[in-house]
Amino acid sequence: MNLTDDMATAHDHADHGPAKGLKRWLFTTNHKDIGTLYLLLSLTMFFVAGIMALVVRIELFEPGKVWVTPEFFNQMTTLHGLIMVFGVIMPAMAGFANWMIPMMVGAPDMALPRLNNWSFWLLPFAFLLLSLPLLRELVGMASHLIGLNLFAGAGAAPDYGWTFYAPLSTTYGPDSTDYMIFAIHMMGISSILAAINIVVTIFNMRAPGMTWMRLPMFVWGWLVTAFLLLAVMPVLAGCVTMMLMDRHFHTAFFEAAGGGDPILFQHIFWFFGHPEVYILILPGFGIISEVVQTFSRKRLFGYSFMVAATITIAFLGYIVWMHHMFTTGAPYAAQLFFMYATMLIAVPTGVKVFNWVTTIFKGELTFETPMLFALGFLVMFTIGGFSGVMLAIAPADYQYRGSYFVVAHFHYVLVSGSLFAIFAGVYFWLPKWTGHMYNETLGKWHFWLSAISMNLTFFPMHFVGLAGMPRRIPDYALQFTNFNQIATVGAVIFGLSQLLFLAIVIRSCQKHKAGVNEHLPDNVWDGGRSLEWTRLPTPVPYHTFETVPEIGPNDTH
Amino acid sequence: MTTDRKYKNKRLIWQLSVGVVFMFGFCYLLVPLYTLICNHLGINGRGDFFVRDVDPNVKADLSRTIKVDFSTTVHGDFPFVFKSVTHHLSIHPGEKKLVYFYAENQSAQGITVQAIPSITPDDAAKYLKKTQCFCFTQQYFAPGERADMPVYFYLEPNLPKEIKEVTLSYSLFDARQYLKNEKPYTEGRIDL
Repeated sequence: MNLTDDMATAHDHADHGPAKGLKRWLFTTNHKDIGTLYLLLSLTMFFVAGIMALVVRIELFEPGKVWVTPEFFNQMTTLHGLIMVFGVIMPAMAGFANWMIPMMVGAPDMALPRLNNWSFWLLPFAFLLLSLPLLRELVGMASHLIGLNLFAGAGAAPDYGWTFYAPLSTTYGPDSTDYMIFAIHMMGISSILAAINIVVTIFNMRAPGMTWMRLPMFVWGWLVTAFLLLAVMPVLAGCVTMMLMDRHFHTAFFEAAGGGDPILFQHIFWFFGHPEVYILILPGFGIISEVVQTFSRKRLFGYSFMVAATITIAFLGYIVWMHHMFTTGAPYAAQLFFMYATMLIAVPTGVKVFNWVTTIFKGELTFETPMLFALGFLVMFTIGGFSGVMLAIAPADYQYRGSYFVVAHFHYVLVSGSLFAIFAGVYFWLPKWTGHMYNETLGKWHFWLSAISMNLTFFPMHFVGLAGMPRRIPDYALQFTNFNQIATVGAVIFGLSQLLFLAIVIRSCQKHKAGVNEHLPDNVWDGGRSLEWTRLPTPVPYHTFETVPEIGPNDTH
Repeated sequence: MTTDRKYKNKRLIWQLSVGVVFMFGFCYLLVPLYTLICNHLGINGRGDFFVRDVDPNVKADLSRTIKVDFSTTVHGDFPFVFKSVTHHLSIHPGEKKLVYFYAENQSAQGITVQAIPSITPDDAAKYLKKTQCFCFTQQYFAPGERADMPVYFYLEPNLPKEIKEVTLSYSLFDARQYLKNEKPYTEGRIDL
């Protein structure tokens, strides 16, 4: 423990700490500020896309009822998906990367701080662009009520599902599709810049002695994720560029009339889309590894296997995309290959799950909120993983395809997977960031309400899916009513419980802003092994590791 | 920041950027790659677009009889009638058959159409060979024009044993936005 150095530097720099007011956030190049911005954006978009999910669920509460029009329903499912994937999970993970990676590798900041500022500030504008058609529509509806007819005939917001399959999004797409295309270009550029920054930081900014096999798992998870981003975000950019050309420049990439092929769209989309799901979960795996070992007060079991498993998952992630397209008339040989390759991913994922369980085994466990979310993740992400293996089985997939079973599957891996990992991470590091211990009782309430309502919402979807209820449909047959009503009740409880989370976070930030010092120990959870716990004070000062730390074998895993 | 690290950062940024640009290009490369692989392996369910690999001396395998169904769709919103004249027939693998598809332009404008074939089951696609087809090129229809268009085809004798029935389906697309500078293939077309 050598805190004096950093405390001294922190003190020296106190007089040129953060600038005041809005300028601080606009022009900041500080990795902690940018991390905070990413997390705030994510939190905002979480509630925006959450409200959309509730509109969907409330419409589905009763069969035959038309509370919102089918057209508007489609826009809700589309924007909910796009925003949750690109505007909530990805920015939240990027926020953690910005906050934690420099501190975990012993660097004073990210390698490219100004680029970092730009990669964040692209995002709010990207999402404004994406939501503009919907805002236009809502303003139009509101103005209609008071007798004005603003934006009449302005057309619909994107309404073809988050996968924006051609020709739904090309030949039949509303005008607002172009907004979506440029929004995706912008967030793609943002993600690529962030990924370059992260790779350069991890490669070149590690403190002396911070060898590859001493990196915390969170850093490993993000390193692999960054390479996934660099490889597939350009493919998505190319894909939407082709859409743009098909829509406006008379090309026929996806238009059968001109010699193109809509199936090609699905190949390109899922060539991006499957690695994308690992982009959403691998940083989460990293967070869970940190939380589980800390609250077990043990070293992570099988560290090198965890690293190898992460890399293997990423590699396999590139060669399984066609399992999203079994029913497109793929040749049997290809179906078999993609079926086995997909099932193979269960092996490295299984290695990770077993290693987490083994880390917990005989540990000195305590069950604060981060650990609860991590344990919830372990159980429920595994359920999502199993339904994934079910979907991977090509002959069975024909029944599940396009049904609510798929919706259940990916919400188990994204809500109780990625989102629970993000919650775990926030509760885990919030005291370190703010110097304020969040309200543990409220945190526990948040966990239990979320975990129960999450299962209430998504577990019945397995059943209605198997029974044949299709996804993306605003109405359903009578026999699905009970399960849908349970799901809607669960969704409303889940949505309301997130207000607790909001309150907890706001409270911590307020106390931090007011300068309340609770004198939390540096190693807040008494078991943290990475540098932010062992080498830095709580709360972490604005500038850290300005003198390069020396890392020894006892410092890390 | 030391100059050494600056240099290392720059080099790594360049390497990663080259990778990003390559992947953007790779996305476009996927387009010809897809067409090439599908045509080469005959796996896109369309069968062959062009007269090739056609064996003029193919022998009929009289021991097997395959039922072939024909179906048609007008894809999109334009005033066209498109029907198969023969709805189904039975043939022996290797036996050549000529069938006609009727099309009528009900609008007051000339319309260029493109028919896209699809063969079910997918595994049969590469065994269905056409020596003549209106789908080989775009077809122009003057206002009110009606015509029977030919498909001359056979099933290869090595068609897998388990396939007993094959469906050949055509979707007709309005190709006015994608006019090709090619001589339309009108051999055997009977104007009515």
